[in-house]
Amino acid sequence: MENNSRRGFMGKAFGAVAGVGAVASLYAMKKSWDPLPSVKAAGFTTLDMTIYQENVMVTEKWRGKPIFVLKQSAKMLEKAKENPRDIERLVEIAGAHYMVCVGLCTHLGCIPAFRPASNDFKCACHGGEFDASGMVQMVPPPRGFDIPPFKIDGSKLVLGEAGPEWQAMKDNGITL
Amino acid sequence: MAHFTKATSIKDWFNQRLAVEKLEKVMMSEYWIPKNINFLWAMGMVLVITFVLLVVSGIFLLMYYVPTTDGAFYSVNYTIMREVDFGWLWRHVHGVAASVVFLIIYIHMFTGIYYGSYKKGRELIWISGMLLFVAFSAEAFSGYMLPWGQMSYWAGMVITNLFSGGSLHADGLVEWIRGDYVPAQAFLGRFFMLHVLLIPLAIMGLIGLHFGALRIPHVNNQDGEEIDFEHEAKKYLDGDKAGSKVMRFANDFMSKDMMVVGVFLIFFFYLVFYNYGFAMDPVNFDPADGLKTPAHIYPEWYFLWSYEILRPFNIDLGLVLFAFAQVIFVLLPFLDRSPNTCAANRRGPLFAVWFWLMLSNMIVLTAMGKLPPEGIFSTIGLVSAVLFVVMWLALPIITSMEKKV
Repeated sequence: MENNSRRGFMGKAFGAVAGVGAVASLYAMKKSWDPLPSVKAAGFTTLDMTIYQENVMVTEKWRGKPIFVLKQSAKMLEKAKENPRDIERLVEIAGAHYMVCVGLCTHLGCIPAFRPASNDFKCACHGGEFDASGMVQMVPPPRGFDIPPFKIDGSKLVLGEAGPEWQAMKDNGITL
Repeated sequence: MAHFTKATSIKDWFNQRLAVEKLEKVMMSEYWIPKNINFLWAMGMVLVITFVLLVVSGIFLLMYYVPTTDGAFYSVNYTIMREVDFGWLWRHVHGVAASVVFLIIYIHMFTGIYYGSYKKGRELIWISGMLLFVAFSAEAFSGYMLPWGQMSYWAGMVITNLFSGGSLHADGLVEWIRGDYVPAQAFLGRFFMLHVLLIPLAIMGLIGLHFGALRIPHVNNQDGEEIDFEHEAKKYLDGDKAGSKVMRFANDFMSKDMMVVGVFLIFFFYLVFYNYGFAMDPVNFDPADGLKTPAHIYPEWYFLWSYEILRPFNIDLGLVLFAFAQVIFVLLPFLDRSPNTCAANRRGPLFAVWFWLMLSNMIVLTAMGKLPPEGIFSTIGLVSAVLFVVMWLALPIITSMEKKV
């Protein structure tokens, strides 16, 4: 009987040591899978917004993802003004309006193609559609294009840094 | 210490140390197989052989493959395909076997469903088999990343995005899985590790469990008859081989098993040498480009049915139904409430219809998953996906209505 309780104690003592070790190693394993500091540090892109032309869709790159930049023409802007959800998505710099979005379908991350004839985006994977301001027009995507964190710096736009304009968009639920 | 005597032969030397004779009896000559079976019972051995082909060809590919985003595509498409003598052979064996293994798995699965081989003590065989299916799926997906072509990259993007959980927006989890914001070096490195080490280890362990789970209930037979294996084995050993309902695993059953394997291998190497194209997506011969999505992203044929269940719905419902489709087969032994263990066609009209409809519906889902999601194909896909879910929900009801045969 005494032996049994001593063995029981040894078993529990080992269990405690092994438990601490298991939790600690799980923590280390989890952290080893995290994105590396070098990956995180490379997460900023600066765009010079003066070079874009109206009606021309340009794809930039930020954190390995495509960024759609589309300077809005008067016609697009008129259409966007009809819907407050559309106009709120646009970034205004020096009087001009730009759509600046992560160019990945919010469904499963394919890159939709811009269709100049109809001024909209169509995703080939599952048929989702987005208008010229990046708002979703046809499911399955659950929402419009995400807007990357940005900060307006004169005529430049810094992607990866959250400025007040972007924070306002996030707070109003325009982007995630 | 155990007592050892001077060995009378090499066999005796091993026998004293490893009990090889006893081992041979337990594993081979006195492992009893029912006589009342057909060629479909050979699929397990076909799968073992295919797995061996995958391991051997994989070893040779591993020697030249470079797991970096800069080097991977070149090492596969130039070094292995053009420089290494017979490198093409290993690649085509590996690619074709990866595809064909799923065909055999599906045959193996539906054979089990048809003959009720997941019932009455055989539940764990079924469950370990479905875990093997999951492990093989993970192995296939991680291997698909390695050539780092366009389909590798975009399949990696789309499949890892599934982990964001739709409206849950668990983007942190997705970035954690990738080790980056998008599939990149960290992603390729960890999927390389998973493909060549961790998942194969898991597969080997699960194969052990699968075989172990088979040991006590034994292999099912065409009539689902409950056989007294000890009694029948004694009859066999006493000399009444014709009257016994069982035979030895080796060499008796093995000889027929290997006959089927032989036919399979002829078919397999015909594919490897003359028709390997179906396992090599042409889009994956373009190097990965994170700024260009291919016009159509679709998985390999063996994932199409579950992909089609994801596709017609909005993202949250799609993900829920996709998850349902992934796990529901595991629960089959518990969803089938019928007391009968026999061929589906003999269990009364309800289950017979269920079985053949499920099989055809999965073929339809597979076909629709390959076709572009437009017009009539969208509608057929939607109906099939709904039918799949409804049939599984109906299974406990129709099987509890079944009469004892």
